[in-house]
Amino acid sequence: MSYEASKKYPMQPVPFHVLKMQEEIPDCYTLTLQPEFNVVSSFSPGQFYMLYVFGHGEVPISVSGNSFEMGTLMFTIMTIGSVTKALCSVCVGDVVGVRGPFGKGWPLEQVKGRDVLIIAGGLGLAPLRPLIYHLISHSADYGIITLLYGTRTPDMILFQDELASWDDRDDMRVFLTVDSAGSEWHGHAGVVTELIEKIGIDTVRTTALTCGPEIMMRFTAHALLGKGLAASDIYISMERNMKCALGHCGRCQYGPHFICKDGPVFAFDQVEYLFKVREV
Amino acid sequence: MNQTQQSHCLDPDDFGILLKILNEKGYLTVGPTRRDGAILYDVLESMYDLPIGWTDEQEAGIYRLKRRDDNALFGYNVGPHSWKKYLFPSKTKLWSATKKGAGFEIDGEADAPPTYAFIGVRACELHAIQVQDKVFMGGIFQDPIYTGRRQDCLIVAVNCTQAAKTCFCTSMQTGPKVNDGYDLVLTEIIDEARHYFVIESGSDVGADILKELTTSPAEQDDFQAAATHIENAKKQMGRTVDMTDIKDVLYHNYDNKRWEELEKRCLACGNCTMACPTCFCSNVEDVTDLTGEHAERWRTWDSCFTMDFSNIHGGSIRASIGSRYRQWLMHKLATWIDQFGSSGCVGCGRCIAWCPVGIDLTEEVKAISDSEEGDRNGTHQDN
Repeated sequence: MSYEASKKYPMQPVPFHVLKMQEEIPDCYTLTLQPEFNVVSSFSPGQFYMLYVFGHGEVPISVSGNSFEMGTLMFTIMTIGSVTKALCSVCVGDVVGVRGPFGKGWPLEQVKGRDVLIIAGGLGLAPLRPLIYHLISHSADYGIITLLYGTRTPDMILFQDELASWDDRDDMRVFLTVDSAGSEWHGHAGVVTELIEKIGIDTVRTTALTCGPEIMMRFTAHALLGKGLAASDIYISMERNMKCALGHCGRCQYGPHFICKDGPVFAFDQVEYLFKVREV
Repeated sequence: MNQTQQSHCLDPDDFGILLKILNEKGYLTVGPTRRDGAILYDVLESMYDLPIGWTDEQEAGIYRLKRRDDNALFGYNVGPHSWKKYLFPSKTKLWSATKKGAGFEIDGEADAPPTYAFIGVRACELHAIQVQDKVFMGGIFQDPIYTGRRQDCLIVAVNCTQAAKTCFCTSMQTGPKVNDGYDLVLTEIIDEARHYFVIESGSDVGADILKELTTSPAEQDDFQAAATHIENAKKQMGRTVDMTDIKDVLYHNYDNKRWEELEKRCLACGNCTMACPTCFCSNVEDVTDLTGEHAERWRTWDSCFTMDFSNIHGGSIRASIGSRYRQWLMHKLATWIDQFGSSGCVGCGRCIAWCPVGIDLTEEVKAISDSEEGDRNGTHQDN
């Protein structure tokens, strides 16, 4: 199927085959997918695709790979439900269905010339990785890049080798924390917001981009606001139930927003009032 | 008056000829029929499939049919069905696919849908269709199923000459008179002397059809009679909603106590969302046959009143019924305006009549607005 056909029938998945399958941490895999046919598929960091396993169903997954590597797509998936379980059970050569890309990604233009503070929680690092790739390959356009990354335990830390290589760079610093760990862990223990206290932030020059569980993003946003960052300089990536990604199924509504087309990335000032409402 | 707008008088006995002409042109005529004690939209094979001589009685949680003392063809208001059942079918196969080697191949295109002629579309319903047009055809992605059914659809509208107690189209500025988006519009006039229709065309297609009908020219008296009958519907309007600043009023009231009251009353049955002519939410289900060689994707109507609707890992976002009712009402009257530039409510009153416990949207809006008024005048003055 051509790209045009997928525009005409936006609910039809396009077949991609599994080029590579890599276990990242327990129950979490990165799939590298390549289109079966000539499909143009370029994405912007922070955007997502709908991934389909034949007969099992479809789920929204953010891209975790590099947007400059044309021709393949990478997704880092945790086995949570039946479809993600099926996705993590595929073998190299198997075919999965792909629709996308969808949504608005990270604000690459708005952060130009600014310090970028990236705050990730758990699997939330995956949708931020394409952003990091973008920033470090255009590092002249940006100020200091800081990554604060928190997971529950040390064995849940994603992309360990890359984290080390990022930290080695002159233009980037990386700080890790875990909620709990044994005596073998010599790093910081505690929630990721504690790291905000530990680092110096130039509140005027900094834009913060955060992705993780909603409660983590809530506390992160409030900590940053407390530091003096403007709500419009804080970005979050939201998640809701989603069936179509086209703005038609209505499920991903978040106040006036459709997460699938108005998000998933929002400036915090767009959604701050909704964060104060329960069950919205 | 532009070229396509022509006005004539049509004898009710000749209404069947209109259906015949439409059928001959290849349209599948669908419209109101009487079945299971309600007025339901179905195929009209002849004018005698219409609920001739019937009317309805509606109130919160109440819907009854009763005989009229005349033979009106359209002497009733809206029932539980709406035209979305044809444009956005309640259950549709989006595609099917067959396993091929390690992959799969999407099967050929489905059969083309019939070309519909909707008979008896009311002003509020026409607005509802236009509201759904924006959802399914106005965004980045067009829904091919909706678009395929909508683009050649012919609309024979009917001006309301009476209103139900649940009606509030005048508040929503969606009726009772049909203004645009139709091919033909009829006003049924029944007085001591005569029973006839004033029929007007609103498109070239409509004008061509009108030429084929046996009609007499409409005179000034006929227009006057039509206007008087429509005015009658306005006077009978059973309910009102104050739409002043409605969006802001509701946005200010995410935490209103009224939602907790609704938590106690609402059964979360989803009837309102099924009957609503603008509700568009859907579920998508992927299935396979027993061999596992053949897969299908189905889309079904869904409701924001179900737990599953907002379910993500970790549970349902809207676990309480109050929050689900709030989502529905907020969407209809507030967030819809931000999303699509118009209200999601057209004032048809279906949600009021078909609520098994008689929850009345107009009453809820009033209660929330009144408490807002209280807030403005008193408790939150310092804010």
